[in-house]
Amino acid sequence: MSHLLFLIPIALFLGLLGLAGFYWSLKTGQYDDLEGAAHRILDEDDDHPSKD
Amino acid sequence: MSCCGAPDEVVISPSTQQPGAYSEQEEKLRLNARSTGEATLQSDFLVSSMHCAACMRKIESGLKKLPFVKSARANLSTKRVSVHWQKEDGTASALVEALENLGFAPVPFDLELQEKDSNDTGKRLLFATGVAGFAAANIMLLSVSVWSGADAETTQLFHLISGLIAVPAVAFAGQPFFRSAIASLRTGNLNMEVPISLAVLLSLGMSIYESISGGEEAYFDASVMLLFFLLIGRTLDHNMRERARGAVSSLARMGAKGAIVLNEKSEPDFTPINEIEVGQRILIRAGERVPLDGCVIKGISDVDRSLVTGESKSTTISSGALLESGILNLSAPIELRVTKTGDHSFLAEMINMMEMAEQGKAKYVRIADRLVKIYAPLVHLLALVTFLGWMFFTSGDWHQSIYIAIAVLIVTCPCALGLAVPIVHVVGAGGLFARGVMVKDGTGFERLSEVDVVVFDKTGTLTMGTPQVHQSTSITTDERAIIHALANTSSHPASFAVANFTAQTDLPIVQIQDLKELPGFGTSGTVDGVEIRLGRKDWVQEISATSEFAENCHDVCFARAGFPASGFAIEDALRPDAKATIDELKQAGLAVEILSGDGEEPVRSTANALGIEVYAHSQTPQQKIDHINNLQQNGHKVMVVGDGLNDAPALAAAHVSITPSSGSDVGKLAADIVFTSDSLKAVTLARSTAIKINSLVRQNFAIAIVYNMIAVPLAMFGYVTPLLAAIAMSASSIIVIANSMRLNFHWKSPKISTKAKNRITPIHPISPNMGTES
Repeated sequence: MSHLLFLIPIALFLGLLGLAGFYWSLKTGQYDDLEGAAHRILDEDDDHPSKD
Repeated sequence: MSCCGAPDEVVISPSTQQPGAYSEQEEKLRLNARSTGEATLQSDFLVSSMHCAACMRKIESGLKKLPFVKSARANLSTKRVSVHWQKEDGTASALVEALENLGFAPVPFDLELQEKDSNDTGKRLLFATGVAGFAAANIMLLSVSVWSGADAETTQLFHLISGLIAVPAVAFAGQPFFRSAIASLRTGNLNMEVPISLAVLLSLGMSIYESISGGEEAYFDASVMLLFFLLIGRTLDHNMRERARGAVSSLARMGAKGAIVLNEKSEPDFTPINEIEVGQRILIRAGERVPLDGCVIKGISDVDRSLVTGESKSTTISSGALLESGILNLSAPIELRVTKTGDHSFLAEMINMMEMAEQGKAKYVRIADRLVKIYAPLVHLLALVTFLGWMFFTSGDWHQSIYIAIAVLIVTCPCALGLAVPIVHVVGAGGLFARGVMVKDGTGFERLSEVDVVVFDKTGTLTMGTPQVHQSTSITTDERAIIHALANTSSHPASFAVANFTAQTDLPIVQIQDLKELPGFGTSGTVDGVEIRLGRKDWVQEISATSEFAENCHDVCFARAGFPASGFAIEDALRPDAKATIDELKQAGLAVEILSGDGEEPVRSTANALGIEVYAHSQTPQQKIDHINNLQQNGHKVMVVGDGLNDAPALAAAHVSITPSSGSDVGKLAADIVFTSDSLKAVTLARSTAIKINSLVRQNFAIAIVYNMIAVPLAMFGYVTPLLAAIAMSASSIIVIANSMRLNFHWKSPKISTKAKNRITPIHPISPNMGTES
């Protein structure tokens, strides 16, 4: 039982971290062009999505 | 940077950012751009011919080569190219030109009007999906430990933690459903969101009560997972619509935003349309559309009315002629006195008619909502019966009775039903989008699959709307070379057709002197001192040695002074695959008709060529609507395929409507489906997809119902535990999604040419190639 007291907060914290990461990726336009991103991997140039 | 062959002499008013000499084209493009910094502008273009990584790279690196471009980014999903550039150093027209030179015809996006917030809605939905997913995963983690046999204390702690996650998650992520449910209840209707909201809220409420009172079972996971699955469907649906709408609205907004007004001193001044008043003089150059209704006061030119009335042959106009907005000026600049402004113009009249037609049309109810009308009361009745039954058998144990009744509601919640429609529509619309067919709304598929009568417009729909030579008298190689050189100097569509017809690889080079274009007559010049003329029959006959022409071969004539004349027959060319499309529709048992505003002869010949028995010519927009309403009142479901301004009311009145992207702006707004390819095959492609989609939707509903037939009795007899509810819910959703993905096989079966050349009306009107010869 006592393990749960810190394991659950850790699990939730990690989950929230994931959510925050998702929010960040959304804000920085990672989801704007899913099809294009699949093709861009073939491109040698250093490349990153536009911030819109 | 010159467009339409006229010098850039337009002086813009000082109120705009800087006094300079921008062309009208440039003005329009700058109006469409968005300021992203002090000296930078962002311009977006729709490039529908972009298909692969190589295209993206070509576009991006091609644009970045321009010194004033700061960054260029191509988006393959939305087929948009977004360019940031320095506004002082370059022009937007140069961007357009660069894209055209790369082989991609761009259409400018109007960023000011482009609903920024609808893009935000998409992101908010996606984030809500993320939140629901986070909550669902964590609650599921806790639930699994409860299901695998935690002791009572842990169970209660886990329930409380689950509650703490679920309540804010539902409050945040459930909003789109709750709002829609409330809105639908206000109007006294039942839509899909009502039972969804009810199930989510009830399961949440009951679980909270259970956790607080120390009960054994809670349905937090069901409540949040339901939201998660449904939000996935909702997000996909939103993205699909957004993509098509963005593309269609930018195609539709190519219309004039301003015109060149001439003041008392005849100085040109570029003025926005809504500031132009009746009585002002406006200048319309060759290749431009008439922006407002007006009366010609100066100049002689040929005009193309095809988009306005459906007439396929161009006519010559001179002083005194009345022109409606939307007419294309072909050969020479003309001056108009504005007779009607925005609200009273022909265009506004058409829009009015369109709105009337839309009001008269019975509102289409989505198949999902029709089902819910039966489904929701049935489910609620079942829950009530369950409650009363358990009350009766347990002799008044209301706690257990309510508990089981709510379990029935949860397990019957239309999770799979909620996904059944959007998933298929998204897959279908995505596949069609990649093939140049844009479907604005998912219900378009449902309506399209019911159609039994197809009504085509002629000019611009069954035909390309651009003339082509289909017959000529015999001409020698020498003559051919001269005709080709002469025809190449004019931007008139008929000359264009002749130039195309006479083109040959090894033609001798001809030098033409004294080139002159006489609007309404033709083009003339001299070769080795001999006068040559290409144009109207009687005008050419003045110098030729013949007085008679072969039957039908005199739409455009040519002669050298003193020599016999030759003639060309010109006809509006049929769209590629027009015959095959009509045949396919007929084979499928659909009635095919032509309703055209054009004269009797061209309509009859087109109808004969395509094997269409039912046709009507010289139809006014009102007659078109009446005919369609008449058909619909007789129980037919009518699909209208048309492109013109005069078709717009008919497009709005029809059960479902399709328009080519080369059509009028209003038509594109009125139609349910817009296609960008030349080929008319898009019509049958859209229809066959719609039928396939409809059958998949029905299968999905069947799966959901079968699932309910198994789950409901279990729930009614009290066997449904949270574990069972969770498994059943995910399983049914996954099966529905997997079934929907089968639509992808549909694309592979019939061979569809994805390489159909995209034809989007070029931004630059045909530029005259003065005096050059290939």
